[in-house]
Amino acid sequence: MADLTVTVVSADEQVWSGQATMVVARTKVGEIGILAGHQPLLGVLAAGEVRITASDGGRIVANAEEGFISVENNTVTIAARAAALV
Amino acid sequence: MAAQVRVYRSRIKSAQTTKKITRAMELISASRIAKAQQRVAASLPYARAVTRAVSAVATYSNVDHILTREAENPKRAAIVIFSSDRGLAGAFNSNVLRKSEELAELLRAEGKEVVSYLVGRKAVGYYRFRRRDFVRDWVGGTDNPTAETAHEIADAVVEAFVRDTADGGVDEIHVVYNRFVSMLTQTPEMLRLLPLEVVEGVEEPTDRNTLPLYEFEPDNGEVLDALLPVYIESRLYAAMLESAASKHAATQRAMKAASDNADKLIREYTRLANNARQQEITQQISEIVGGADALSTN
Repeated sequence: MADLTVTVVSADEQVWSGQATMVVARTKVGEIGILAGHQPLLGVLAAGEVRITASDGGRIVANAEEGFISVENNTVTIAARAAALV
Repeated sequence: MAAQVRVYRSRIKSAQTTKKITRAMELISASRIAKAQQRVAASLPYARAVTRAVSAVATYSNVDHILTREAENPKRAAIVIFSSDRGLAGAFNSNVLRKSEELAELLRAEGKEVVSYLVGRKAVGYYRFRRRDFVRDWVGGTDNPTAETAHEIADAVVEAFVRDTADGGVDEIHVVYNRFVSMLTQTPEMLRLLPLEVVEGVEEPTDRNTLPLYEFEPDNGEVLDALLPVYIESRLYAAMLESAASKHAATQRAMKAASDNADKLIREYTRLANNARQQEITQQISEIVGGADALSTN
């Protein structure tokens, strides 16, 4: 299965970018898991962590409070003013 | 005559000292431009992500939000002016202030009352000197703008925009800042921030009838509520970063001009000093020769 291209950006830098198989984030209405082929989505993130399972099996955890997540064509962008890896 | 030479020497000395300072400032700014430009570049992914998201909402749903709504009869407009904390940057601050005056003039001609938000000590000084009122100011961080300051400014202007005009709210928000065109050119630029109008970025869907199913969580209204302030904030942050880069470039150019001018002064005064010294010597020789002649003829 195709992979997701994930970028995590904060206001002043790109925090992480790479290929991933799954992204789990917490939006205002609850946790959401995104796999390749997900429909276009735009969600507002709630306090909590974003967990990314990278294609090489590594796990990346990022803090992205007051941010949002957008999914389009297997490209996931997580943008938050103060995003940081944990 | 010796006094003349001494005066020239001291002028040369003073020009040399000044040149050392301006040269140092030139080099400092030169290194800061690079850093400021890196920060502009580093902020681009975020700005792009936000812009794409806003245009996604705008394209795939009907946008009707308080921040995009035009007031029917705009009464009051706010101008956010991005100046710098320090001078020694040529026409940097006067350019942006002049532009803001032009804009204010234009807005007043349209029958709107103008209020100002100031960023940077120079703008504050300009307003204080003229005993003019301003709503709020942010000083001390123009060399290294932070996203937090942008957040504060965004909060303040959005709050003023949302407030009713009768309660002192504003109907339009304009921004004036120096855009970094190149190392040599920085142009003052103005744009209307609110109500939001231009949304550029994502490609339009080719066929309007078959909108791809875009999912909004929780729903498009709330996404817009969260997104538009962030968008404004990122626009303000971009303006601050551009302004900072422009300031450093302007300082570098101004200091280079000052150093070159010091060089010119040093050269001129050296010539004059040499001239004066030579004149002195010539005069002494002619006095001696004249004296010897007078003695020998006796």
